[in-house]
Amino acid sequence: MSGPSDYQPSNPALQWIERRLPILGLVHSSFVVYPTPRNLNYWWTFGAILSFMLGMQILTGVILAMHYTPHADLAFKSVELLVRDVNYGWLLRNMHACGASMFFFAVYVHMLRGLYYGSYKEPREVLWILGVIIYLLMMATGFMGYVLPWGQMSFWGATVITNLFSAIPYVGESIVTLLWGGYSVGNPTLNRFFSLHYLLPFLIAGVVVLHVWALHVAGQNNPDGVEPKTEKDTVPFTPHATIKDGFGVACFLLLYAWFIFYMPNYLGDADNYIPANPGVTPPHIVPEWYYLPFYAILRSIPNKLAGVIGMFSAIIVLVFLPWLDSAKTRSSKYRPLAKQFFWIFVAVCILLGYLGAQPPEGIYVIAGRVLTVCYFAYFLIVLPLLSRIETPRPVPNSISEAILAKSGKAVASVAVALVAAGALFLGSLQDARAEEGGTKPPGNSWSFAGPFGKYDRGALQRGLKVYKEVCSNCHGLSLIAFRNLGDPGGPGYSVAQVAAFASDYKIKDGPNDQGEMFERPGRAADYFPSPFPNEQAARAANGGAAPPDLSLITKARSYGRGFPMFIIDFFSQYQEQGPDYVAAVLQGFEDKVPEGVTIPEGSYYNKYFPGHAIKMPKPLSDGQVTFDDGSPTTVAQYAKDVTTFLMWTAEPHMEARKRLGFQVFIFLIIFAFLMYFTKKKVWADSH
Amino acid sequence: MNPDASTIAAGAPIEVDLSPVAEGQDIKVFWRGKPIYISHRTKKQIDEARAVPVASLPDPQSDEARVKSGHDQWLVVIGICTHLGCIPIAHEGNYDGFFCPCHGSQYDSSGRIRQGPAPANLAVPPYTFVSDTKIQIG
Repeated sequence: MSGPSDYQPSNPALQWIERRLPILGLVHSSFVVYPTPRNLNYWWTFGAILSFMLGMQILTGVILAMHYTPHADLAFKSVELLVRDVNYGWLLRNMHACGASMFFFAVYVHMLRGLYYGSYKEPREVLWILGVIIYLLMMATGFMGYVLPWGQMSFWGATVITNLFSAIPYVGESIVTLLWGGYSVGNPTLNRFFSLHYLLPFLIAGVVVLHVWALHVAGQNNPDGVEPKTEKDTVPFTPHATIKDGFGVACFLLLYAWFIFYMPNYLGDADNYIPANPGVTPPHIVPEWYYLPFYAILRSIPNKLAGVIGMFSAIIVLVFLPWLDSAKTRSSKYRPLAKQFFWIFVAVCILLGYLGAQPPEGIYVIAGRVLTVCYFAYFLIVLPLLSRIETPRPVPNSISEAILAKSGKAVASVAVALVAAGALFLGSLQDARAEEGGTKPPGNSWSFAGPFGKYDRGALQRGLKVYKEVCSNCHGLSLIAFRNLGDPGGPGYSVAQVAAFASDYKIKDGPNDQGEMFERPGRAADYFPSPFPNEQAARAANGGAAPPDLSLITKARSYGRGFPMFIIDFFSQYQEQGPDYVAAVLQGFEDKVPEGVTIPEGSYYNKYFPGHAIKMPKPLSDGQVTFDDGSPTTVAQYAKDVTTFLMWTAEPHMEARKRLGFQVFIFLIIFAFLMYFTKKKVWADSH
Repeated sequence: MNPDASTIAAGAPIEVDLSPVAEGQDIKVFWRGKPIYISHRTKKQIDEARAVPVASLPDPQSDEARVKSGHDQWLVVIGICTHLGCIPIAHEGNYDGFFCPCHGSQYDSSGRIRQGPAPANLAVPPYTFVSDTKIQIG
C-alpha cells in the first residue's frame, strides 16, 4: 500500500494477472518486503492479534446467524438449542462470546500501547483517529451482540443504553423511538439490532483496511519513537514480523482457549440465562466488563444529560489526543514524568472499571467522581502541561543505536503506580466486605469441577429421579428432551431406557384430522412437559411467585464472590457458584425464623435465599425418594444429586468441552513453542 | 425505521376496571409495552403528597396536577424510572412511593422524584375516567 511495486512474479499466469491487476505486488509490498522497525517489542503484535480476532468473530458469527432466530419470543430458546443441538454449537457460541471479550482486551492493550509510545503523534494522527472510529464501531457492535440472546441482562442493558439517547434535548425522544421501532424495547428492537450487528463488523473491516493503509503510509512507530533512517534500522515484514506476530497470536490463543473451554461463563452475567422479562428489572444492571469504566463515569455525574455527555466525551477526547499532547518526544520511555502519569492513568481506568460493577451508593459514588476527574485531567491537564514543562531524556539518534544501548529501568515507576492502585483497591474493598455480611453458600466438592471434571452418572440418575418425583410438580425443564438422557456425557440411558422413560409421560399433540388436540405417550424426541400451561397459571397456583424453569437454573443463579476471589477463580477455574447456591438453598430451610427477621405471610425462611423469604416450601425431607443403588436417602444427598443433574441440564456438553479443551491446549502449547523457536531462528542475526 | 402500522395499532387505548383494587393496593398493567402503575392511595399517602411544599421539589409539580380532580385517591403513572428506564418497585423507599433498584432513585406517593439521579417525576400517561370505577389509558 505504499506506492507502486516493482514486484514481478515468476509464474507466467501470475504475470498475466499482475499486468492487469497488481494485487500480488500490493500484497508483496505491504506484507512481505515492507520495512518494519527492528526494535518493535511484543506489544506491537496486538495489531495482528486484533486482525485475527476480527476474522474469528466474523467467521463464528456468520455460522451462528445460520442457527439463530431474531424474534423476541424465540431468540432465547434458539440460542440455547443452538448450544445443545447444533454440531459443536457450544464451541461456536463460546468462541463468539468469549471472543468479544478477548477482542476488547486486545484493543485496550493496543490503545494503551499507542498511548505509551506516542503512536498518535505527527505524522500518525489520521491513523490514530481511524483507530478511535474502529473502537466506537466495536463498542456499538459488542453492545448489540449482547442484546441478541435476549436474556434479562440483554433486555435491560438495551433499555438502559437506548435511554441514554433520551437525554439529548429536543430530538432525544425521537431518536429513542427510532432505535426501538416501537414504544419500548421489544421485538422490532431485537430485529434491527440483529441486522446492525451483522452489518457493523464489515464496516469495521473496511475501516481496518484504511487503518492499515494509513499505517503503511506513515510507517510504524516503535518503542524508541525515532523514525527509521537507514536500512540498518529496519527488517523486512516477512519473515520477521510475520513470525513474531504468529507467536504472539499463538500465546493469545492460549488465553482465549482458557476461557472458551474452561470458564466460558466467567465474563458473563448469570442473569442473562434468565429469559428477558419486561416486567421485572434485575436488581443490579451491569454492562459487560469492557464498558464498565465508561459506565462508572456515566453514573458518577448526578445530572442525566451531563452524565451522558461525560461518558461519550471520555471516548471522543481520544480523537484530540494528537493535539492535546504536543510534546516533541514520542515515546514515554524518554519522558520520565509522562511515564509515571501513564501508569497512574492505567490504574484509574482499572479502578473505574471496578467501580462500574459496584452498586451506586456511598463511597463508590464519591470514588467514582474522584476518578472521573482524574480520567479527564490526564487528557485535558496533565498531557498539555507535561508537553510544556517536562524535560525529556535524550533520544537516541537512530533505532540501531537504541538497540545497542538497550537497558531495563522502567521498573520503579511501574511499581509506584501499582502500589498506588493496590492501596486504592484495598480501600474500596473494606467497604465491599463490610456491606456484604449475608450468608454465603458453602462450597461443595463437585465431580464436575476443574479441568478434568466429569458428571457422576449415578448422581445424574438419582438427581433425575428426585426431579421427576419432587421438583417436576412445580418446575419445568423445558429445554431438555427425553432423548438427551441417552446423550454421551449425560445420565447414560440406553435407547430402550429413554423410550420407556418417555412413554410414561402424556404429551399433548395435535390438532388431529377433526381439529382437536389429543394426548399420546411421550417419544424420545419430546421435551419434558411443563407442570403449568403458562406463567400466569404457575403464578396463580403458587401464591404469586412462578416457580422458575430449572433447565438453566445452575447457570442463572450465582452470588458475588468479591475481590480478590474473582481473580483467584480465574486461575483455579472455580465455576460452581450456581451449583453451590442451588444446593445451599435446597438445604437452607429453617423452621425457626431468627430474631430480627420478619417473613411475610405465605413465605418461608431460607438462610441462603436473598432476602431470606422464599415462596417455595421446604421441598425435600429425609426418606422422601428411594434410591435403588443404596445411596443415603437424606436431604443432603438429594440436594447434591439433583444439583448435579441440573448442572448437566444447564451444560449438557461440559464433558466434551473439557475433553476438547485439553487436546487444544496440548496442541497450542506445542505450536507456541515451535513458533517461538522459529522466531528466534529468523531473528538470530537481527538483534 | 419508525414504528410500523401493527405496532401503532397495538398501542391503541385500553380500558382498566378499578373496582377490584382496594385502598392501599396497586396494580400494574401494560400499555404500549410499558408498565403502568395504578395506585389506590390511602388518605395518609394523599396527605403526605400534599403536605410537601411544591417549590422544594427537584421537579416542582403539585399532587393535584398529577391526578384527576374528584378521583384524588387514584394515582396513574408510567412505571419507568426517568433516569435510565428501569421499573421502580411500588411501596418502597423513604417516601411511601416508589424505589428504583437500578440507581437508587426514590419517588413519593405522587410519583414525584425526591431523591436520586432521576431528573423528572414519573410520567402520567394520558387517561380519562370513563366511569367512577373505570379508566381508559391512551
